[in-house]
Amino acid sequence: MSATPTRSSSWTVRVREAGVAALPPEKLLPDGQPTYVASWIYVFGVASIASLVVIVTSGSILALKGPAWWHYTGVGHFFNSIHMWAVELFFFVMVVHLWGKYWMAAWRGGRAKVWITGAVTFLVAVPTALTGYVSQQNFDAQWISTQAKDGLNSVGVGAFFNVTNFGQMYSYHVLLLPLAVVGLVAAHVLLVRNHGVVPPFKLDERPSLAPIAKDTDGPAVPTGAQS
Amino acid sequence: MSRLVRFLHPPDDTQHWKGRYQPYDLVKEACIAIGVVALLALVLTVLFSSPDDKPSTIAQWSRELPVDFVTAATSELDGTSATAEYGPPYNHNGKGQHAAFLYPQKWLGVSHPINTANDFVIDPLKTVPENAALQSAVAEYQAAPEKTQKGWGEAYAKPLEEYAKATEEKKTPPSTVTPDSSTGAVTVQASGAGPVPTMMNGLLSLAQSGGLDGSLLTSKQFFQTDYTKPLLFMADGGLLSERAEGQHLLGDQWGMMNETGSYPGQAWLWLYTVWYQVEPFKASENADILVMLVMGVLSLAFICVPFIPIINRIPRWIPIYKLIWREHYRSSAAPPQTPA
Repeated sequence: MSATPTRSSSWTVRVREAGVAALPPEKLLPDGQPTYVASWIYVFGVASIASLVVIVTSGSILALKGPAWWHYTGVGHFFNSIHMWAVELFFFVMVVHLWGKYWMAAWRGGRAKVWITGAVTFLVAVPTALTGYVSQQNFDAQWISTQAKDGLNSVGVGAFFNVTNFGQMYSYHVLLLPLAVVGLVAAHVLLVRNHGVVPPFKLDERPSLAPIAKDTDGPAVPTGAQS
Repeated sequence: MSRLVRFLHPPDDTQHWKGRYQPYDLVKEACIAIGVVALLALVLTVLFSSPDDKPSTIAQWSRELPVDFVTAATSELDGTSATAEYGPPYNHNGKGQHAAFLYPQKWLGVSHPINTANDFVIDPLKTVPENAALQSAVAEYQAAPEKTQKGWGEAYAKPLEEYAKATEEKKTPPSTVTPDSSTGAVTVQASGAGPVPTMMNGLLSLAQSGGLDGSLLTSKQFFQTDYTKPLLFMADGGLLSERAEGQHLLGDQWGMMNETGSYPGQAWLWLYTVWYQVEPFKASENADILVMLVMGVLSLAFICVPFIPIINRIPRWIPIYKLIWREHYRSSAAPPQTPA
């Protein structure tokens, strides 16, 4: 137990050192942010994560009691409503967040992976929500599943992803797809922490903006701040 | 040429920030955000709750719309229903949709086999006990050649189709089909239909008793979670679409992105749903695969935005960034303050 493994012999040490090198504590949980991070648009990134937390919490309560609970109890219906509205908020703030990041061209400076993980998260969130709608065991579930099957069948997806199979859809909704969304969001946030928030455009790229142009970018230093 | 390339895809000279930092409490901000979102969800819950319209059952369908049920059941028996002719993944009776040389529906094959005549009609009827006439009719039907079965089915379906057409056109229905509102029975005057009338009357009784709902779920195991068969059978009839039309859920009413009541539904599916409202998708027999392919290409483009010329330059050309970072640009342009 007391032996100190050498770097070349321990996978654990290698993983730890690589992790700390990529994200030292002050970079992972920063207590300062660049002064340009001063707009309401930055709120929508953390609001997306906050919505996801409310979704997972309310969804976990619904999962604890089983898929039929919310149909016959007021408390169950209450948590179902919280879950549904949190999903609506999640998509709303995520779309605003994505548009904000587009207009910032937030993929600049080697941040393409940050954009890609965010875009893929949105795309994976769509079937996550769909499987929720078809797992509701009510008329909405009947209608949406019988409508959605045609698009999925037409591209062959229906062969292994059957929206009229409640058991399969429930498994996807409460475990597999949420796991994917949470994993993607985690990767997205860690990439933001690693690269830092994208700096503003240099105004001298735009001659028409010359009167207030002043280059604020400089050589690389550790960065922090929110997404 | 090189100037054009540089214009569309200039080198990325974005560098890390070297300027000032301001105090920031990430954990506190996250906690406040969770609190605000939870409060918003709570307020929306208190104000609007969430929809939960009861599901339809085959029993309900056969009691409320007995003629529609018998019409659908007849089309399942003679293999003319939408499910019977669907193709993969349910059967080989259709080739499925395609786009140019792409036949993914056909390539993936039949993974949820459904024989509508056997699964929706004959097998459930065989479970009805103590009805010798019904079992004799089923046996006669099964023993007959396929051509004879087809003739019986068509003879029985003809007056039902005339009834459905007259109802749709809001005309007086023909007297050859008579629903009895007191007993729920349907009398169809059809010559040359063989044992089909007896079978359909038996299936209608089974459905109205609630027996068909359970019968369609039965498989090799006790616990059931797969509702494919009852849902497809019901989708071949008119009850689900009738309810859906009343709730503005049909395909030409922006379909499945909506939900019952005045709730936002899956608004994020608007771009998927919009294609179904416009030509050439709207009238195409292959609308589903065409829309899915378009959405696949757009999704790929969405992921690849950082690498797509012009698209990745638009944020530089349309200076919304000046609004986002206006404080930064203003403070950067301000002259340094002279110490007192």
